[in-house]
Amino acid sequence: MTTTGDVPFRILPRITDRNAHYWQGGRDGELRLQRCRQCGYYLHPPGVICPKCWSKDLGVEAVSGRAEVLTFSVNHQQWMPGLDVPFVLAIVRLVEQDDLRITTNVVNCPPEDVAIGMPVRVLFEPHVDEEVWIPLFEPAS
Amino acid sequence: MDTDLVGERRAVISGVGQSDIGRRLYRDPLELTVDACLAAIADAGLTTDDVDGIATYPGAMDTPPGFSGAGVPEVHEALRLNLNWYMGGLELPGQLGSVINAILAVSAGLARHVLCFRTVYEGSAQGTKGRSAVMPGGGGRGGGYRAGGFMEWLLPYSAPSAATWIAMIGARHFHEYGTTRAQLAQIALNARKNAALNPKAIYTDPMSMDDYFAARMISWPLCLFDCDVPCDGGTAMIVSRADTAPDLRKPPLAVEAVGTALHGRPGWADYPDLTTMACHDAGAQLWSRTDLKPTDVQLAEMYDGFSFITMCWLEAMRFCGQGESGPFVEGGERIARDGLLPLNTHGGQLSAGRLHGFGFLHEACVQLWGEAGERQVPGEPEVGVACAGGGPLGGTILLTRSR
Repeated sequence: MTTTGDVPFRILPRITDRNAHYWQGGRDGELRLQRCRQCGYYLHPPGVICPKCWSKDLGVEAVSGRAEVLTFSVNHQQWMPGLDVPFVLAIVRLVEQDDLRITTNVVNCPPEDVAIGMPVRVLFEPHVDEEVWIPLFEPAS
Repeated sequence: MDTDLVGERRAVISGVGQSDIGRRLYRDPLELTVDACLAAIADAGLTTDDVDGIATYPGAMDTPPGFSGAGVPEVHEALRLNLNWYMGGLELPGQLGSVINAILAVSAGLARHVLCFRTVYEGSAQGTKGRSAVMPGGGGRGGGYRAGGFMEWLLPYSAPSAATWIAMIGARHFHEYGTTRAQLAQIALNARKNAALNPKAIYTDPMSMDDYFAARMISWPLCLFDCDVPCDGGTAMIVSRADTAPDLRKPPLAVEAVGTALHGRPGWADYPDLTTMACHDAGAQLWSRTDLKPTDVQLAEMYDGFSFITMCWLEAMRFCGQGESGPFVEGGERIARDGLLPLNTHGGQLSAGRLHGFGFLHEACVQLWGEAGERQVPGEPEVGVACAGGGPLGGTILLTRSR
């Protein structure tokens, strides 16, 4: 896991009551997502009502962190000063639910080795002073 | 079809106008806007006294720099209009969503002549500092900036540009359908070839397939030539009520049908089929509102903020099947100016400049009026389509020279 000693450039998210579970679950090593307590549907991005059963009884749960790469791009453009390139941007699907997608970076893997369908698992990049733990993904095997 | 429910047919496009266009003009963007607006009003044979509506995308915005050259109140004030209806905003089915709103406003009888405009000065705004100068968080490390809104889910992953998001949809299309970069290149090569005949185009030097493959990668599978070129310029058009035709300078273009649909979720990563976008739904809706068929269309002006978006629009508008845009554009003959479906005849945003959606509608109108000069599509085309927007944003307008 990346240590705070060599944290790469990141624009960090503004933490709110609605999103804190996602950006701060990594403090405890957990990928946490919102889930309907009535019907079990996961919501990401988080919301205020379950779009499947319209319950407002939403909780937060740790998920497995296991996922599959649905698609990705390899970015060579240095969009911001200090940004290390190339890097992989990906949409991954969590194993828990068919439409549970996260846009993320795939790391600890040469960009040319990333492939659609590849199994990946979560890891966290700590920004401890800012109280943000960025969920990232790496090859699962 | 119950044509009473196709209200957009009560609207026409009566005039278009454009300011000077340049890579970097360093001129007041309101001046560019006014130049385009007055040109459009004159083209329609109207005066500012006749204009009683305004529609613009995205409305006044300070950031990103250069993205919006003017909002509704500035133009209202500059031209001293008396307005019966107006709107400026960006939560719309793409950039042309604002024009579609104008079409609906005149169809509903709220206004007679709506001035639609869009001005950009992204070329001047980024100056010589490159694209990062106008990107969110472009200041780099420090400053305490934190991402919010929908960018909260993208900026922390260093994805500030739609290039990065669209590239992922392209990659999935490549994966599922075997689409290749050499096929995608045809969108860029075709645009450059057409731009050579457009006196206002930004890039007019010939581009070869070798040039394309030699370009630096931006966000694989998109290289530099798959990305449009930021520029300065204003574009305007007048949407009029069809029954005002006798007051107009020339026969107006009829609005045959529009498409505005977005089925499924609005996130850039959340469209159910990751090989297409909102354009899929907008296209389907448009064809449900007309008896015309894709084979009736004689020219297509389709958004190319990134070349892959044009491929999606070709499929969405059913000029080919889902996943077949690669073979459709291969070799480039079919989409050439003298081909079966002339595409982006002004050079698109890739070569003529990122006028952000409005340039496509402007070009469709100019071509249908037979006023495109050297780049005029042969055969006096009567049916043309303009499409704009990518990702969850998409709007399309089908125009005819006669009804």
